[in-house]
Amino acid sequence: MSTQTPNGRPAAVEVRDVHKWYGAHRVLDGIDLTVAAGEVTAVIGPSGSGKSTLLRVINHLEKPEIGHVSLNGELIGVRRHGERLKELSERVILAQRSRIGFVFQNFNLFPHLTVLDNVAAAPVATGLLRKPQAQELAHTLLARVGLADRTGAYPRQLSGGQQQRVAIARALALRPGVILFDEPTSALDPELVGEVLAVIRDLATSGSTLVIVTHEIGFAREVADRIVFIDGGRIVEQGPPDQVLDDPRHPRTREFLSRVL
Amino acid sequence: MSESLLPAVPPGTTYPPATELPRPPTPAPADAVEGAVDPERAARPVSAQRVLPLRHPGRWITSAIVVVLGAQIAHGLVTNPFYQWARFQYWFVRPVITDGLFITLEVTAYSAVLGLLGGVLLALARLSRSPVLRAISWLYIWLFRSVPLIVVLLFLYNFSALYRTLSLGVPFGAAFLHFDESKLATDLVVAVVGLSLNEAAYAAEVVRAGILSVDQGQHEAAAALGLPRRYQFARIVFPQALRAVIPSYVNQLIGLVKSTSLVFYVSLLDLFGSVQSMGSTYPGDIVPLLLVATVWYVILTSVISVIQFYLERHYSRGALRTLPPTPLQRLRVGLFALRARVRRETAI
Repeated sequence: MSTQTPNGRPAAVEVRDVHKWYGAHRVLDGIDLTVAAGEVTAVIGPSGSGKSTLLRVINHLEKPEIGHVSLNGELIGVRRHGERLKELSERVILAQRSRIGFVFQNFNLFPHLTVLDNVAAAPVATGLLRKPQAQELAHTLLARVGLADRTGAYPRQLSGGQQQRVAIARALALRPGVILFDEPTSALDPELVGEVLAVIRDLATSGSTLVIVTHEIGFAREVADRIVFIDGGRIVEQGPPDQVLDDPRHPRTREFLSRVL
Repeated sequence: MSESLLPAVPPGTTYPPATELPRPPTPAPADAVEGAVDPERAARPVSAQRVLPLRHPGRWITSAIVVVLGAQIAHGLVTNPFYQWARFQYWFVRPVITDGLFITLEVTAYSAVLGLLGGVLLALARLSRSPVLRAISWLYIWLFRSVPLIVVLLFLYNFSALYRTLSLGVPFGAAFLHFDESKLATDLVVAVVGLSLNEAAYAAEVVRAGILSVDQGQHEAAAALGLPRRYQFARIVFPQALRAVIPSYVNQLIGLVKSTSLVFYVSLLDLFGSVQSMGSTYPGDIVPLLLVATVWYVILTSVISVIQFYLERHYSRGALRTLPPTPLQRLRVGLFALRARVRRETAI
């Protein structure tokens, strides 16, 4: 299953010929993408281009009609059955998902649980850790995102930027092999964007594998090893940031960048 | 009404009268009003002066009328011999009445718990991905919401005549266990089963509405973290659904307390049944007996409402930034405010 990756490291996430459509509308139209371990990939593109759907296919929140996704060589959501792919049971899919972190645009923290419980719940529920260890881990992770003093608060008592940092800590608590960010700063006030980007930057430099769907082109240039431009459900162009952003080869990339830069 | 359009100023302050309003309201020079007002106050700009609150004479008049009417009704209740308060006092804690009250409580408690459990199961079936479960749940709710409770109860009451024994075993085949229906179905069981069947149909819709009210993002977040299905429902979705479920279910529960009065028709002597049978034995006391039933039902409903307040407060943790104060906290704050005010005013 292993493929040649840009940085020579083994592939963490492989997306192979993924097609997805809602009714007659094609959202993903044959996506092939390889993310190497430790690589930071930024996905950019106009709204409705299929960026978010691609992320949701990777952790199997959406099932692709054709094609498959694998994490560290293991197929996600399906298993090989001779020449065909068969859907796995929900229990197995849930276990696979717990190894893929997902950070939502709208945070989606659990409002009835404290910040600490939001972070500590999943490792306990999935059987990864016992409660005391999970709480210790949660304290450590919350300190890492700069929220050591808000562990007892409820999510609605926090600002948007603080909530998103809790959401990142919650994703980290399962020690995922890859973390997917779905426009993590789009729901934030401009002055709160920086604190969330700082946390993601910290993850990027510490060697985590990240796939970030974002509209922050400047941030993508700074943290990403590779930029993937998607339009109309296809990857139009991909490459190192300076190449894709400064010297785009495809006219659609040029047109998009001229509108957002 | 024209005066209320002007900024409220303390009496004695010079200000252009209403008739001269079109003229720009330049403050009169201090020397022009000399002797008329306190010079210090007149010199202060209008913006720095205290605003007098708007008076509401209409509210006072309507309040007075309502208070007088209320007092009249209370006076009538106390003095009208028709109510026979002495007899009310006699009957209120009579064992025959309290035994009935106990039966009412028992039937309510069993049916409330069984009805809620059934309701949760029906709601889950209704929301499940299995079309068969969805259809069964829909049929059940449709049927039991269509049939009057009294009909259900009378049907069950006559059930033992229709099916003499109940057996457990292979469908259409050999049976292992036999129950004698006439022994199994006591009046209490018939009443509880009937009320629970009916209650479950309504509770199912209440619970379903609560589950639907939980944001889709919560389901997605729980699924994305890979939380097991049962955990997702029990710890993430259901606690948030309860916030919407509690007010409607308590409404349902209060209806249930009063519906228990129908068990009289399956020869169970609940609170209403006892009052009814005492009323036919002592026809002269029918009014005080009805008052006894009224007051007990009011007490039961009040207790449920108090429990509702605290349950709602508990499940609004995290949904509100600050919890509403309990009546005790409100009383304490009110007393402190009153004491502070008394001190302030007596200090002058």
